[in-house]
Amino acid sequence: MSREQQAVARARKAFETGRSKSVEYRINQLKNLQRLFSEKQKEIAAAIKKDLNKTEVGAQFYETLGLEGEISLFIKNLKEWAAPRHVKKNLLTMSDTVYIHPEPLGVVLVIGAWNYPWAVTIRPLIGAIAAGNAAVVKPSEVCVHTSKVMEDLLPIYIDKELYPVVTGGVPETQELLRQKFDHIFYTGNSTVGKVIMEAAAKHLTPVTLELGGKSPCYIDKNCDISIACRRITWGKYSNCGQTCIAPDYILCEPSIQNRVIEEVKKCIKVFYTDNPKMCPDYGRIINQRHFKRVMAMLEDSNIAVGGENDESDCYIAPTVLRDVKPEAKVMQEEIFGPLLPILPVSGLDEAIKLINKGEKPLALYVFSPDNKVIERMRDETSSGGFLANDCLVHYSVSALPFGGVGNSGIGCYHGKFSFDRLSHLRGCLVKKLKMEGVNDMRYPPHTLKKLGWARFFILNTVDVGWVGRMALLAALVMVAAVVIQKYLL
Amino acid sequence: MESQSQVLERLRTAFESGVTIPEKFRRTQLTNLMTMIKDNEEQIVNALHKDLTKPKFEAILSEVEIVMNELHCALGNLTSWMQPEYVSKNLATKLDECFVRKEPLGVVLIIGPWNYPMQLLIVPLIGAIAANCAVIKPSEVSAATDNLIMELIPKYLSKDCYAVVSGGAKETQALLTNRFDHIFYTSQAVARVVLQAAAVHLTPVTLELGGKCPCLIYGRVNATAAAHRLVWSKFFNAGQSCVAPDYVLCSKATCDALVPALRQVLEDFYGSDIQKSPDMSRIVTPKHWTRLMGLLNRTKGKVVVGGEHDEKDRYIAPTVVVDVAEDDALMEEEIFGPILPILTIESLEESIKLAKRKEKPLAFYVFSDESSVLENSSSGGFCSNDGIVHMTLPGLPFGGVNSGFGHYHGHWGFEAFSHRRAVMLRGWALERLNALRYPPYSDEKLSWLRWTTSPKSCSIM
Repeated sequence: MSREQQAVARARKAFETGRSKSVEYRINQLKNLQRLFSEKQKEIAAAIKKDLNKTEVGAQFYETLGLEGEISLFIKNLKEWAAPRHVKKNLLTMSDTVYIHPEPLGVVLVIGAWNYPWAVTIRPLIGAIAAGNAAVVKPSEVCVHTSKVMEDLLPIYIDKELYPVVTGGVPETQELLRQKFDHIFYTGNSTVGKVIMEAAAKHLTPVTLELGGKSPCYIDKNCDISIACRRITWGKYSNCGQTCIAPDYILCEPSIQNRVIEEVKKCIKVFYTDNPKMCPDYGRIINQRHFKRVMAMLEDSNIAVGGENDESDCYIAPTVLRDVKPEAKVMQEEIFGPLLPILPVSGLDEAIKLINKGEKPLALYVFSPDNKVIERMRDETSSGGFLANDCLVHYSVSALPFGGVGNSGIGCYHGKFSFDRLSHLRGCLVKKLKMEGVNDMRYPPHTLKKLGWARFFILNTVDVGWVGRMALLAALVMVAAVVIQKYLL
Repeated sequence: MESQSQVLERLRTAFESGVTIPEKFRRTQLTNLMTMIKDNEEQIVNALHKDLTKPKFEAILSEVEIVMNELHCALGNLTSWMQPEYVSKNLATKLDECFVRKEPLGVVLIIGPWNYPMQLLIVPLIGAIAANCAVIKPSEVSAATDNLIMELIPKYLSKDCYAVVSGGAKETQALLTNRFDHIFYTSQAVARVVLQAAAVHLTPVTLELGGKCPCLIYGRVNATAAAHRLVWSKFFNAGQSCVAPDYVLCSKATCDALVPALRQVLEDFYGSDIQKSPDMSRIVTPKHWTRLMGLLNRTKGKVVVGGEHDEKDRYIAPTVVVDVAEDDALMEEEIFGPILPILTIESLEESIKLAKRKEKPLAFYVFSDESSVLENSSSGGFCSNDGIVHMTLPGLPFGGVNSGFGHYHGHWGFEAFSHRRAVMLRGWALERLNALRYPPYSDEKLSWLRWTTSPKSCSIM
């Protein structure tokens, strides 16, 4: 048996002991996870610095702050989320118990990404744990140091049989994908997403795919350009542009292009100093392969700001490109780097047309003081999420579902959405073997009269308070008496 | 005749024109669908009788009324389903508008099965009229209903937005090479093929499959009442229901009490010559009949009720087989026919273990007052002391786990065909508050941010 097979088999065996069923057990595991973040901040930050050149504060802000908030939210609400949820009944089932029973799926596979390794690997894990599943965690091998820290630390804090960490590259991931899981949660790019979905098809395994896309950013010429550019600069160059919901490219009228470039240039200086390479708050490209990929995109566009780079350090300066055309190299795939192309458009109509020509993105941004502009953009496009007048921050609201549509992904999570996504919502009807006379109308031999009664009883829903229920019950008993008299006697 | 790609292009153009978005349009389509069913009830019943020898009562209850019920539910609730859902915020986003918008996906494909050819095609369609354009592919196996649907849908629904594509395996495979925004598949046979085709375009899928639905009978149980409900849910549609109780697990004593009760109830329902009763369906095709007879011939159990059959009439009598072992032919696959194996297992715990050794079924039935079964089992849905009826409640999500994924009925159907788009509308004010997040980063800024973005800070406000 391969190492991967063993980990999955152990996780399934641990799941079958039933210990993850109790809400107390799940809350304990989440509390332990919470302790990991409060006790091991230094180790986490050191690894992230090596992988992505983030400062300790940056690592906390972008990675662990969100997780700590999410864990608190879960601990507070888990009991309620995991409880049976009562639903409407029909007349015939009025005296029965009808509810939805949230249950674990079984063994979930969580495949993480490298850009916010803790955020995108642990956040699905939180959902998996809360829903009572076992989970095999496969961190991205691209962020080498963080992946090692996860492998070392997670087993110390949470149940190492239920939640094993399996590290490795493509062959190890492929071996994992040959095993049977009850759900596969993948964060990454669309190309691999298709491979994952195909592998899942063999076992009829449902998937959640958090992918990416080119998230457009439209700037209305009438907006406060200075504030807009500040928010966009922050959203674009955080983590050196390696964010699935970073504003990928800007659409604006030619008349404001120069102003936009000026404002972005100003903000870059304020945030990252005159020399971003020496600024501790500016990140690096994850590795040489991605460095080359991003640099190749510059080939056929005009650089308005930045462009400096250093391959040995995987450094690319915060860069703005002007007068970019839709056919340019930089517009052919998700940039995932610190290049901000500006495509001049004649107005909102052209912007919407251009956006709809591409695949549905994970996020869509519009900066405008005019609600009508915002509404048109929202109504005439489709995207995973939509944010007006800022970038990225919709991610931080746990009550909003976070996920893609079309090429940007399948399914959503965060907060209760994670819990529901990784649960099976089982419909339950608990009856008694009484009131058989009422059932009689559905049994053969069939008559038109019985059909009339059945139509009425089985298929009308009822939603009344206690008094109404009692009144209806009385009526039901009377009717049952009549039915019994007519058909059984 | 239009080619498949022409049909799809037409639907996509219609979708992109935005015509399916206004509530009025969706209501009109749903109302037209209701009219279609009301006006053609007789034709529907006749087609179903031709395909499955479905008794009129069963056709009305399980193919007409259940669809009308879903339509009433959709029309009664569409406005509220379409409303955005506002969500709770943290302090940093207190002044912003945050909500979830239900948006259409685009062009969806619904592939129906042959056992409830109207219900299992039209109920998903109701969800899809939640503002998608839809291509529906009825099962060619239930040919008369397939033809009727082909004829009726274009008469009542917008031809630009909804199209019916007929055909067999070849046409379905060709259809699947196209790109859809959601695929809804009910059946078993080609689930993996559907999923693999969906993976090529990253298309989300709802799979409504089947499985062997166990029926556990333990404790003090009124054998006659249980027999009534068991016979009704098992032999409805001649056992060809994805949620029919597939096999029974009970003790020897219960089995001894149950068998005569089953025999009696069968006679009460269908008379002494069941083949002559107008209330019993037939097996859908000779191929399926042969498969079922094969199972019956290979069983090592004892046939104690029924067993009669007639190939020309595609008839198999309601049959009860006892002394069936776990590795019997009748336990290999979903039966999907009027054969009821009874396995004798003395203890409830052992029964639960046996059921767990099999794949998770679409439904799990228990006749008992024992509550531990729910907690110790897993299935799409659960019903105690009856069969099938849990799926008539639109409030309950109907779907499987391992026996499929995704669910529908009522608002669950609306959600299945919608994209829940997170929307956040920020203002321009409070830019100073935003400064906390901009570089240069500092510990002090971080502490403030922790406070403003935590869920706790909401309750202070």
